Amino acid sequence: MSNWTEIAKLEDIPRLGSRVLTTDTMNIALFRTATDEVFAIRDECPHKQGPLSQGIVHGTSVTCPLHNWKIDLASGEALGPDEGCTNTFETKIEDGRVFLALAAANEAAA
Amino acid sequence: MKEQLVLVGNGMAGVRTLEELLKIAPDKYDITVFGAEPYGNYNRIMLSPVLAGEKTIDDIMLNDEQWYLDNGITLHKGKSVAEIDRINKKVVAEDGTAARYDRLLLATGSNPFMIPVPGKDKDGVIAFRDIHDVDTMLQASKHHKKAVVIGGGLLGLEAANGLMKQGMDVTVVHLLDSLMERQLDKPASALLKASLEERGMNFLMEAATEEIIGNGHAQGVRFKDGTEVKADLVVMGVGIIPNTELAKKSGLHCERGIVVNDVMQTFDPAIYAVGECAQHRGIAYGLVAPLFEQGKVAANQLASLGYACYQGSVTSTRLKVTGIDLFSAGDFNESEDDEVMILQDPASGTYKKLVINNDRIKGAVLYGDTMDGTWYFQLMRENTGIADFRNTILFGQHDLGDAGHGDETRIMALSDDAEICGCNGVCKGDIVSAISKHGLFTLEDVRAQTKASSSCGSCTGLVEALLSCTVGEGYDASPNKKGMCKCTDYSHDEVITAIKQNELKTIPAVHDFLEWKSADGCAACRPALNYYLLAYWPGEYKDDAQSRFINERAHGNIQKDGTYSVIPRIFGGETSAEQLMALGRIAEKWNVPTVKFTGGQRIDMLGLKKDELPGIWGDLAEAGFVSGHAYGKALRTVKTCVGSEWCRFGTQDSTSLGIELEKITWGSWMPHKYKLAVSGCPRNCAEATIKDFGVVCVDSGYELHVGGNGGIKVRVTDLLCKVETGEQVFEYVGAFTQLYREEAHYLERTAPWVERVSLSYIKKRLLEDAAGRKALNERFLYSQQFSQIDPWKERAEGIEAHEFTPLKITG
Ligand code: SRM
Ligand SMILES: Cc1cc2nc3c(=O)[nH]c(=O)nc-3n(C[C@H](O)[C@H](O)[C@H](O)COP(=O)(O)OP(=O)(O)OC[C@H]3O[C@@H](n4cnc5c(N)ncnc54)[C@H](O)[C@@H]3O)c2cc1C
Ligand code: SF4
Ligand code: FES
Repeated sequence: MSNWTEIAKLEDIPRLGSRVLTTDTMNIALFRTATDEVFAIRDECPHKQGPLSQGIVHGTSVTCPLHNWKIDLASGEALGPDEGCTNTFETKIEDGRVFLALAAANEAAA
Repeated sequence: MKEQLVLVGNGMAGVRTLEELLKIAPDKYDITVFGAEPYGNYNRIMLSPVLAGEKTIDDIMLNDEQWYLDNGITLHKGKSVAEIDRINKKVVAEDGTAARYDRLLLATGSNPFMIPVPGKDKDGVIAFRDIHDVDTMLQASKHHKKAVVIGGGLLGLEAANGLMKQGMDVTVVHLLDSLMERQLDKPASALLKASLEERGMNFLMEAATEEIIGNGHAQGVRFKDGTEVKADLVVMGVGIIPNTELAKKSGLHCERGIVVNDVMQTFDPAIYAVGECAQHRGIAYGLVAPLFEQGKVAANQLASLGYACYQGSVTSTRLKVTGIDLFSAGDFNESEDDEVMILQDPASGTYKKLVINNDRIKGAVLYGDTMDGTWYFQLMRENTGIADFRNTILFGQHDLGDAGHGDETRIMALSDDAEICGCNGVCKGDIVSAISKHGLFTLEDVRAQTKASSSCGSCTGLVEALLSCTVGEGYDASPNKKGMCKCTDYSHDEVITAIKQNELKTIPAVHDFLEWKSADGCAACRPALNYYLLAYWPGEYKDDAQSRFINERAHGNIQKDGTYSVIPRIFGGETSAEQLMALGRIAEKWNVPTVKFTGGQRIDMLGLKKDELPGIWGDLAEAGFVSGHAYGKALRTVKTCVGSEWCRFGTQDSTSLGIELEKITWGSWMPHKYKLAVSGCPRNCAEATIKDFGVVCVDSGYELHVGGNGGIKVRVTDLLCKVETGEQVFEYVGAFTQLYREEAHYLERTAPWVERVSLSYIKKRLLEDAAGRKALNERFLYSQQFSQIDPWKERAEGIEAHEFTPLKITG
């Protein structure tokens, strides 16, 4: 039921970095790991809505820039002693192009 | 199939080693544990508070049986290993249970020493070593009245105190004339004896036990001089002997303990030993802090990492008798060429003695006020020179400022809902229960589990005090060498040295060379490495944007709503009508929600969206402004006062000097934020004496002050020296700044750095070594060539555009 939408070229996202995708309903952060995996998660920290896209990426997690919570990119869950979760969305990469399951994202927002 | 690891001895050292091993190599072994005691793993140290009725056995469990299950460990509890078959590599327990091993770890602890006198095997004669002993004592206290404790050392006194708390009438018998002679000098020992007597404890000093009398059950103790005391319970607390029985029987080389080398290996390379049973460089330790260090090394070896090695420990002691504060460490009995400092106040019952040699602490005894024990111990272990604060050292660390350690008695008196960590809102009760529940021993553990002290760190002293009160000596106060973060065991200094000596010039090169434990590092070490590389290889190293905290990556301060602030540089805080009008126009054009004067004499425009930043920066650049780096671990501001140009007291032109200094230093990256100020006279309106580098102008020249800051813990600067000309000021500023840039740890401000390395060291480098000073200044100026490029203008012109542009849907 995924409705794949092309959103960027892989090279548009810096390694160990991120880009923000603004949609009508929310901001989605796209992260690229050292091994060129791409994860998409809602750009809101479960703690106090900090913009996760602005954090430091390491392994498959990101450290929130506001109060250092560590969020797992695959599950959207906070790691360590912290508890909380933010939405994640499916992505796929084909020929260096990044696709996002945008329908699911819209559902999550609804 | 996985390799087989067998542990014999389910006590503190052995299980700690397994925990360390599971952290670094969780899947390497199938683990089997044999423990003679019928429990999981518990905190033996805490038997004293259990006996005193202050804790229960449940409170002191470190790893219950579920822990073994969760980690896939086979636990044979209540089974004592009788034989090691080294040829077929297997161990066999008394009941026949056997296990094969590839590697074997012995952690059999010690046996209590029972004085070989007639009657020592009677009922009612016991030692103080395990849960069973404590149960026996608690039972005895219900039915009997009189107890004798033989041994006036740490263990004996804790046993005596516990029994007294259980309502028994207790006499302590000691062979020598002063208590705890191995930990205390005579005056402290006398104070201790007096306060225990005050609580009702009886003492028989210089009494040699000859026999335990009674038929079947103990009824009393007879001494060599013929006298007797009655007792229904006799506790022997005279000492311990490493338990080498099994090892000896298996033909392993033993002396006092099982002899091991620096990687905790016995003479059989497949067999390791840790804990009280092991003898390393001639010493068998009897306290947990060194045993834990051994465990770390053994785990590192068992994991086949093979770089850790154990070099012995310096130990310290505290007595766990509630209400009595006593601390001792090192050689506290002076020899001829040592100096001694003593502070004695009979009225408050405090006594402090430091033994000093060549401006280094060799030993310490504290009684009554032990608040600074941790600090003295740290100075001792790190061999820190104390010349700079000799005259106040006995008054304690709070006299010096920074990260003071809280008073432990006072902290235990706080209520559970007292907030300890203001940053993360963590209360005393949360911390104490986390420590007991999860068996935490280090500051790092507490930070990870509760977040306390993980932010600004100003409560670190309090958390450390809670740790040492809650877990006793197991708490490793100040590891000599602390790994930079979870990704490496190497310390900041070791990493810095490796970068310099081995010419490591990229983050991956550092990771490879030092065998980083995680693929990309973490949010703590990456910015640090990025800084070190930038500082050592100016012009060569290419800055890694992804290793910078967002503020430095986006060149603005991120706000709580995700917007950014913009603070342009206003050199020396002096502006003009034209500049102000330009700023006004720009603020208006960009609809800046808030415009504010900062505490650093410049103007802050707050609330800009990230994608607006390059635009406003472009306008600012056009009007002649550069970035103020208010977001960076970098040169922030140079604060000035009006000085001799206008002020009736001004002695020099402090404003122009400040402007010039800012022109020289702006743009430079630092271990932490870095602030300067220049005041025109000693009235010091620019607050130069709480800056990283402060200049106070006087008639005859300039006083140079270093290592101050406002902020969380105010520290007033130290006077470095006085110079006569402005040129000299520039040279000293450059040299001090570069020394800090090259040698401080990342995120260490100048105040704690100066305290760590000492002012005399800095004077040695800057005052005594003129050529060295000039070279430092030259290196600083060289690196400035590469950093005085305005990051805002570059970005306004299109560099790193992806950072500031959100993605649009293209498909
Ligand atoms: C804007 C300003 C407050 C103001 O409106 O006046 C400010 C704002 C912040 N300060 Fe400050 N400090 C400001 C002057 C100061 C001063 C006063 C001074 O410089 O004379 C101090 C005390 C003096 C000192 O540093 O020694 C000060 C001590 C701190 C500290 C504590 C530092 C310490 O070593 O204890 C922090 C926390 C830190 O750096 O970790 C901090 C951190 C912060 C941060 C960056 C907090 C953060 O990480 O987000 C604030 C950013 C707000 C923002 O989004 O812009 N700010 N801060 C001032 C900017 C000055 C400038 O022009 O660059
Ligand atoms: C009352 C008391 C108070 C103390 N207070 C402090 C303090 O304040 N600070 C401090 O630092 N230290 C203190 N200590 C010392 C500290 O508890 C020990 O140094 C530490 O527990 C030693 O750890 P270990 O693993 O070497 O030995 P243990 O913890 O004794 O563990 C050894 C285990 O091996 C088992 N074992 C032995 N032989 C065999 C075998 N053949 N087969 C199977 N199992 C076997 C034993 O039953 C035991 O459970 C105190 C000790 C006591 C008794
Ligand atoms: S004092 Fe500084 S850090 Fe605290 S709220 Fe004010 S600006 Fe922010
Ligand atoms: S908002 Fe992310 S850690 Fe606080």
